Amino acid sequence: MNNAETILIIDDEVQIRRLLEITLSANGYKISEAATGRDGLIHAATVHPVLIILDLGLPDSDGIEILKKLREWYLKPIIILSVRSSEDDIIRALDNGANDYLTKPFRTGELLARIRVAIRQSLGSSDDPLLSFGNLTIDQASHTVRKKDVLLKLTSTEYSLLVLLAKNEGRVLTHQFILKEIWGMGYQEQTQYLRVFMAQLRKKVEDDPAKPTLLNTESGIGYRFRG
Amino acid sequence: MDNRPDPDELLASIIHEEKKSQKGKLKIFFGMCAGVGKTYTMLQAARVEKMKGCDIIIGYIETHKRKETEALVVGLELIERNRYSYKSASVQEMDLDAIIARKPQIVLVDELAHTNAPGSRHIKRFQDVQEILENGINVYTTVNVQHLESRSETVAQITGITVRETLPDEIFEEADEVELVDLSPDELLQRLAEGKVYTPERSREAVLNFFRKGNITALREMALRIVAERVDKQLHDYMQQKQIRGPWKSGLHLLVAINYKVESMRLLRWAKNLAYSMGANIQAVYVETAHHLTPKEDTQLNKNINLAKQLGIKFRIVTNNDVVSAIVDFAQKENASHIIVGKPRVRNLFTMLQLSNFVNRLIRYSGNIDVYILGSDNQSKRRLKEKFYVPSFTSSVREYLTVILLIFLTSITCYFVRDLIAYQVVSFGLLFLVSVLAIFFGSGPIFLAASLSALIWDYFFIPPRFTFHVDKPEDLLMLVMFFTIAVLNGILTSRVRRQEQKIRIREERTHALYQLTKELNTASGMEEVSQIAMKYVQKYFSLESAIILKTDNNQLDNQVQKGTGILLSGNDFSVANWVFKNTSPAGKYTNTLPSNVHTFYPMTGNKGNMGVIAVKIQQSFTQGEELFWEACLSQISGKYEREFLRNAAKNTYILSESEKLYKTLFNSISHELRIPVATILGASDTLLSENYPEETRQMLYGEINIASIRLNRLIENLLNMSRLESGHITPRPDWCDVHDLANNVAETLESELKHFKLLTVIPDDMPLVKIDFGLVEQVLHNLVLNAIQIAPEGSAIRLKIFYDSGFLNIQLMDRGPGFNPLELNFVFDKFYRGKDAKAGGTGLGLSIVKGFVAAQGGTIIAENRVNGGAKFILKIPVVIQELVQNIKNEEG
Repeated sequence: MNNAETILIIDDEVQIRRLLEITLSANGYKISEAATGRDGLIHAATVHPVLIILDLGLPDSDGIEILKKLREWYLKPIIILSVRSSEDDIIRALDNGANDYLTKPFRTGELLARIRVAIRQSLGSSDDPLLSFGNLTIDQASHTVRKKDVLLKLTSTEYSLLVLLAKNEGRVLTHQFILKEIWGMGYQEQTQYLRVFMAQLRKKVEDDPAKPTLLNTESGIGYRFRG
Repeated sequence: MDNRPDPDELLASIIHEEKKSQKGKLKIFFGMCAGVGKTYTMLQAARVEKMKGCDIIIGYIETHKRKETEALVVGLELIERNRYSYKSASVQEMDLDAIIARKPQIVLVDELAHTNAPGSRHIKRFQDVQEILENGINVYTTVNVQHLESRSETVAQITGITVRETLPDEIFEEADEVELVDLSPDELLQRLAEGKVYTPERSREAVLNFFRKGNITALREMALRIVAERVDKQLHDYMQQKQIRGPWKSGLHLLVAINYKVESMRLLRWAKNLAYSMGANIQAVYVETAHHLTPKEDTQLNKNINLAKQLGIKFRIVTNNDVVSAIVDFAQKENASHIIVGKPRVRNLFTMLQLSNFVNRLIRYSGNIDVYILGSDNQSKRRLKEKFYVPSFTSSVREYLTVILLIFLTSITCYFVRDLIAYQVVSFGLLFLVSVLAIFFGSGPIFLAASLSALIWDYFFIPPRFTFHVDKPEDLLMLVMFFTIAVLNGILTSRVRRQEQKIRIREERTHALYQLTKELNTASGMEEVSQIAMKYVQKYFSLESAIILKTDNNQLDNQVQKGTGILLSGNDFSVANWVFKNTSPAGKYTNTLPSNVHTFYPMTGNKGNMGVIAVKIQQSFTQGEELFWEACLSQISGKYEREFLRNAAKNTYILSESEKLYKTLFNSISHELRIPVATILGASDTLLSENYPEETRQMLYGEINIASIRLNRLIENLLNMSRLESGHITPRPDWCDVHDLANNVAETLESELKHFKLLTVIPDDMPLVKIDFGLVEQVLHNLVLNAIQIAPEGSAIRLKIFYDSGFLNIQLMDRGPGFNPLELNFVFDKFYRGKDAKAGGTGLGLSIVKGFVAAQGGTIIAENRVNGGAKFILKIPVVIQELVQNIKNEEG
């Protein structure tokens, strides 16, 4: 049996599961459902889903705990779908290995888009050193960025920041994560650096820096690159 | 005398009745002596009640092994006696707590005048009974006439047996019902003879000692008379209460003046009986003079005062050196109709003169007030040895030594200059010294100083020297005069000084009280009041104290107020609770639980108890101290009461506010919730049931979608509101690029903004600011949404963000209708919706805006724009970071 396109839904709310099943089936995915964390773990191990949609408020255990257990061996994308909407909860989930986070109520269109991005990413980053998004091209071999074939003058930090976000296209990267990756340990609290560089980067990369399309702000959490 | 009932008295009787109605009722089976069958009659009554279906139990019964009585006990529920050991002796007492816990309708408690064994909660059983009554349980009990406090002395006179177990008259007078159990003396003796009262051996003894026919008859008369008087008084009360016009014999007001002598006790009892039979009010007064009380006299005075209280006599102390005018003044002030004084004992010529003077003056000054003078009885002859006036030698040894030393020093000095001055002059020097000493020392040392200096003068100075012999008669006369003058001078001076001291103490107390009142008045909050209270108790009584206040539901709190110097155990707390419930002091030096190390006083306000104060006192308060203590306590309690009232008023306000809010919430939310739900239900129903053309279906889908968004927004607002209300908003500021803010808002409201022009103005040199991104984003979101809802389609919404001297400024302007000027003050109020607002909307959006802005220390105001439209101006204090240049440099 080909389980390549199976998505596992771990959620105790029947209505949400039904909604997801209808929506996702209509979009060509196979669905596996679990109402408890325990069942979820068993299903994840048996049906080999390409992606897991996980609720945080499960009857038998905290979703974060399930997330941690899953992440011990499950490497494919996990999207959190929860009513918990505080920044703390979101950051905690992302820091514990969730690829994305959507709060209920959600738009099914949005969910489908996130699923697609997450699956595409998990299929492996191509070895192609050339990343292109619309009119923007990043050449990792020569460390150059072109927009509409015009070479952009980026500082090395701006370049690293852009590549980090672009490589994680569609995924929210928390402030702390970005700061650690670009500036190293000990800079996690220096969010002002990030703000300043992000503002610079937008001016150079975006068509209209006031309405960014590539470098999106996730309020209070981090940034997301949308190709 | 006016015949109308006094309104105050009427009110008092009504209040009294009301208070009584919540309490249990006390029925006393009253007899002349043991053996008349009180217990038997009580048990019979109990059985009758039981047959009627009443829940009646026996709390404590003493059958004295009488068979007939024992037979009656059978079949009635009996509460086991409380057995415990006190100082290795095994004790049995009535189990008070078990009775209260059992809560029957009626409980039988035999022998009300009984004294409890040490270690019990109360000293006397009647106190137990009072507590039972307070708990709303009715009590049947038995009392003999000899147990009544006011009759005990007469009984002792008749029978020759002193009764130790006495009962305050008040208890008897307050009883709801008194049933006389009567038996003729012959019948009683018959019963005794038959061994129905005591075992035969004891009967013989009893008949010889107590049960003589004469005795019994006298006791019987007394008992009958008491009951008759009681009936009379009840009739009077009834008439007063029912406002029946009648010969109000009352209006009589007795004032009994007591002193520190044992005779005063008799005086009090006698006066009480008189007042009772006259139906008069009674009050007692003690005049405090310069006379220094010996410890013994002090104790007796306290006993007298306690007796007055037990007899239910109001009591006052006044200070005045002139006893007669003090009594008369007080009597006039209190409108007394009779003054009762004791006849002082005539011991010698001096006291006789004093007495006639006292009596004459009293009669002369008392004007139209009747004066009763009660003779002393022969009992006091036993105390003859006390009759000499003995100055109080209570001064410390140090004082005596100082006096001796000073006399010797002065004498030696005089001795060396004896040749220069005449020996007569020396006497003046010594006299002077004695007078000066009198200012500082008590009469004992002064008496010593006078005697000593007289002897020294005689021995060392009067010729012939070094002998006590005096040659010249004028010298002898001088010596006698010297001694007399020294003593009189000394004693008088020290008396003046003592009087002065007393007045000073009074003044100090008045001042302290004034200070306390003043300081309490400026205090606010329970904690501050407690601090002040404890400070004053420490300062003026040198006592450590602990204060326990009541909680809002009128229970005593389980913790003391902060800053106390004493530690209370769990047991102490239960005592405190008892004090709180029963409004009566307990602990050391009181009649309740005297074995406790602390003394607990209720803090009583006008409407119940505010709490309990515990102090660790080393010796019992003197009368003056006690009054001062009570005055201070009443000040403190009053302040607590005001604090409680203030809190209560505040709570009531909050409650009514929240009730109002609840109603608004209910009206507005239910509407706002139902509309989208109705839309979703209706649309989905339609979609499920019929086959409509695709176009219609799409429209219905759209409606469902819009309704859901609306619902979602409402829920978001409600959640935010509840976060605000519960105070769970803690802003977490982080560096923020305000462009992000504007972008995010524009993005999330993209579809709503389709028909509007959102113009964002942010200066180029805008620094990074430290704010809570999420909160400010929500603020902007709500403001923009508000503008969208009221401004006409196609109009421009301007968002201006800039930094100015420490504040992040955000201004949002629309071209809507603006605000009604009258409404400007309310736009941020919860659930407030503009009068001209379109349908829909909860009035939550803007109040959340205000809450979130305020949570970050910011302000928001709304105003109307000059050319029409509304303008919101936000100012949030922020720190900024102009790092752009620095970081660029770092980059190189």
